Amino acid sequence: MTAALSVDSLWKIFGPRSDKIIGTPDAALSRADLKAKTGNVVGVKDVSFEVAPGEVFVVMGLSGSGKSTLVRLLTRLIEPTSGTISLNGVDITSASAAQLRDVRRTQVSMVFQHFGLLPHRQVIDNVAYGLEVRGIPKKERRAKAAEIVDLVGLQGYEMSYPDQLSGGMQQRVGLARALAGDPEMLLFDEPFSALDPLIRRDMQNEVIRLHRELGKTMVFITHDLAEALKLGDRIMILRDGAIVQIGTPDEVVAQPADDYVKDFVSEVPKAHVLTLKWVMREPRPGESMDGPALPVTTIVRHAARAAIASDAPIRVMDGDTMVGVVDEEDIMRVVVAEEEP
Amino acid sequence: MSATATAPRPVEPGAPPPVIEESGMSRWVPALGVIAVWIVVYSFTKGENTLALPGREHTELHQTLTDFNNRLLASRDTNPVMQVTNSISAVLRDVFDWLQRMLARPNLPRPVPEIGWLGVVAIATWIGYAIASWRIALLILVSFLSFGVFGYWQESIDLLIVTGMAVGITIIIGMPLAVLSATSTTANRVITVVLDFMQTMPTFVYLVPVVLFFGIGVGGAVVATLIYAVPPLVRIASFGIREVPATTIEATDSAGQTYGQRLFKVQIPMARKTIIVGLNQTTLAALSMATIASYINGPGLGKPVLNALVANDFGGSFVPGVLIVVMAVMLDRTTTAASERSEKVARGGGGNLRVRRIVLAVSGVVALVAVYLSRLELSLAEFPEYTIGATVSDAADSAMSSFVDLVGGFAGGFKDAISYGFLNPMQSLLAESPWWVSGLGILALAFVFGGLRAFVTTTICLAGVWYLDLWHDAMLTLTMVLVGTVLVMVLALVLGVWMARDRRIDLGIRPLLDAGQTIPPFVYLIPVLALFGPSRFTAIVAGVVYAAPAAIKLVADGVKGVSPTTIEAGRSTGQTTWQEITKVQLPMAKGSLVLATNQGLLYVLSMVVIGGLVGAGALGYDVVLGISRSEEWGKGAAAGLTIVLLGVMLDRITRAAADVRRDDGPGPRRAFNVRLPIGPPK
Repeated sequence: MTAALSVDSLWKIFGPRSDKIIGTPDAALSRADLKAKTGNVVGVKDVSFEVAPGEVFVVMGLSGSGKSTLVRLLTRLIEPTSGTISLNGVDITSASAAQLRDVRRTQVSMVFQHFGLLPHRQVIDNVAYGLEVRGIPKKERRAKAAEIVDLVGLQGYEMSYPDQLSGGMQQRVGLARALAGDPEMLLFDEPFSALDPLIRRDMQNEVIRLHRELGKTMVFITHDLAEALKLGDRIMILRDGAIVQIGTPDEVVAQPADDYVKDFVSEVPKAHVLTLKWVMREPRPGESMDGPALPVTTIVRHAARAAIASDAPIRVMDGDTMVGVVDEEDIMRVVVAEEEP
Repeated sequence: MSATATAPRPVEPGAPPPVIEESGMSRWVPALGVIAVWIVVYSFTKGENTLALPGREHTELHQTLTDFNNRLLASRDTNPVMQVTNSISAVLRDVFDWLQRMLARPNLPRPVPEIGWLGVVAIATWIGYAIASWRIALLILVSFLSFGVFGYWQESIDLLIVTGMAVGITIIIGMPLAVLSATSTTANRVITVVLDFMQTMPTFVYLVPVVLFFGIGVGGAVVATLIYAVPPLVRIASFGIREVPATTIEATDSAGQTYGQRLFKVQIPMARKTIIVGLNQTTLAALSMATIASYINGPGLGKPVLNALVANDFGGSFVPGVLIVVMAVMLDRTTTAASERSEKVARGGGGNLRVRRIVLAVSGVVALVAVYLSRLELSLAEFPEYTIGATVSDAADSAMSSFVDLVGGFAGGFKDAISYGFLNPMQSLLAESPWWVSGLGILALAFVFGGLRAFVTTTICLAGVWYLDLWHDAMLTLTMVLVGTVLVMVLALVLGVWMARDRRIDLGIRPLLDAGQTIPPFVYLIPVLALFGPSRFTAIVAGVVYAAPAAIKLVADGVKGVSPTTIEAGRSTGQTTWQEITKVQLPMAKGSLVLATNQGLLYVLSMVVIGGLVGAGALGYDVVLGISRSEEWGKGAAAGLTIVLLGVMLDRITRAAADVRRDDGPGPRRAFNVRLPIGPPK
């Protein structure tokens, strides 16, 4: 199966004559050195990755890491300096203005941190905006928009104006607007950062539900590690515009690529993220082998009760083969002592 | 827009601390030094080489300009430029005539206009209800009736037609410019420079070139009005479009909209409220210019005011003057209310739409019936005559003369105090020094206050003034402007600080200031002239009255803008009120003070020039004469250019003064960038 999105050596450098830098030794300089030498700022530095259809791909980094720039490059809201982006086989980087518009209308939608709603339009017409710019007749687009409004749980608010809604509801409108065009891919630019924690959790669950129901490919930008771990099938960590690590949530937590990532994940409750894969060990000679069997993908926390209840160590299974064992003490080390596995 | 590209970056750890420019001693110390030296040189050289040019004399340059004017006028049948401008003028006149025959003047062979007064009043009232509310409709009804009852029906409608035509054309020209300026950085830069220049130019000066190309009468009046009315709309509308949040643009762009969809579905609807504010400003600017255009024989209420002003007849100018104010208030309130209403409707407010639609339809029918009746009945077509206008005019005259008797002594004393204590010495210094002494003095002061940039501009401007052979008149006008501005700033500081510190004072004074800003400058001359008689002092006082509202508001808002935390922190150190004002509030509001000075200078300049009509002399008088007598056109044009150069010079020095000290931060500069339009700003 081809990738839904594939990005190859993508660069964005802000500033004058930025296209002259790539390929020169200057490109290897750190961000601060390049700024000092040429006055240009690197937004995204030689980034390549692929996203599979139906995957939730989280891009995570601190502010200034280039993640918001990256997501805008994907549909050329910001023009890349060099590199290629291909969306479902369509080369975005070389697309004409009309092709690009078509991609934005039918294939990719985006949800923004500050919503970007039109205050002079009712909810229903905000949701229908993408259909409107495609030239779909009013009746038809309103009917479609009404469906989506229901889907995101805003029944009854169709005729309200954005100002009359709370932040969380406004973002539901933003979500509905993105879904209305039935795109194959959704881009989220820190969509929940402006919301308070409880609403944020609701909205995260909403995204998980929608992903389950609709199966769209999602690229999700966040600076919140907990959010990344909760939503992501895979996580890409950016720093100063460059990739530090790409991996599944448990890989990132268990095997941080460098001290930067390690620092990041140090506060994460590991038992909530790690699977048995990361804590299992070879059976010791003479150890009892009649303990309960659990799959290798079980989250450590979920294995704790079984481990405590059983005298014999848990057998960790990958399919029908046993790949290792885990006992109470191994789990305690992760759950309570938060030790490195 | 990426944050990394635009946000000011904090100093990186480990980098050397930023270099702070030594602000050093106050700029006033060297300034006083310059003035002291100037006075010493003056005392040895006064009266020499002042380049004074008595009343009706002109130089070769002026003669050349006059000849140029004559040649151009002689070639009006062959010169393509003149043919274009003349035919524009003719079209404008035809449109005006047609509207006049419809609304205000007998459409022969009918003895009355196509639509009589009752119909006009009914339609205007209905429009007021349709775009705003029944309150506005009532205001319009009363205003229109007052035009007729006081005996100025036709003049009022004429003025409305000229204003309306100018505003209509302004929208057609201005909106595309606003969009261009909002969406293209290069275009914005060019347009801003042109608008800055246009707004530095005093109203009266527009008339000189307009008369040349478009002639006197309706054509010239509409063109002058429209030139004056374009800048506020372009500036404010483009500001509004630019203010649409980047997120919204991005979000809708990512839905795949075209350029046109972005413009018409997102940018313009979201900027609607601001655009209507721009329209409000444009309408008031147009009204104010349309009254001044009576000087080039433009139709409307300005004419009776002008005639009475020239004859120093207070009673005669009082009634039409008040009607101009009534019209200004009516237009201001209507456009403001329309803006508020459109915003409310756009966001789902605005009450029950169905009921409103029914009322609109019914009242529309009533209005149409009124139009029909006004076509049948003579008494409904021609406004009946009342004597109340004359009565009010006489009453105003006698009230004014008893007022003058009452405060005449005080007013005279004030006039003498300012004249002998301030105006005359300053005038001697500026105008009676040899030209090169005053020139060097001004240059030195420009350098002290504005640095090198202001110095260069000032050099160019002064060289231009010298070349135009009106040095002495220019110095006289400059004196009036400086004296007027000092008085404005005294008023602005006292009232502005008071307003900022006391909410009740603010609530009491602000409506007066708002009203003051909607009144066309012409009207200010009326009472001041009655009080002080025809003299330069009248022009100065009118200038002060005209400039004060804007300056006071700028100072008040600047002082009020000082963060409460800073004030609290200051208070916690135990400062006195005086210390709080002088050490915290005023220094932190410095940007606003400089901006207020800048606006004060330009407003006063504009008024002092109009003061040429009422005996203020100097450049204003040269312009007046140049417009009215073709053999003086050259000198008038030179005076007009000189005024522009003075305006640019004063504007650039104050702007540079706002910029010169880095510790001011970007505040003052930002203030200039969103600078309010000249003409009554909001």
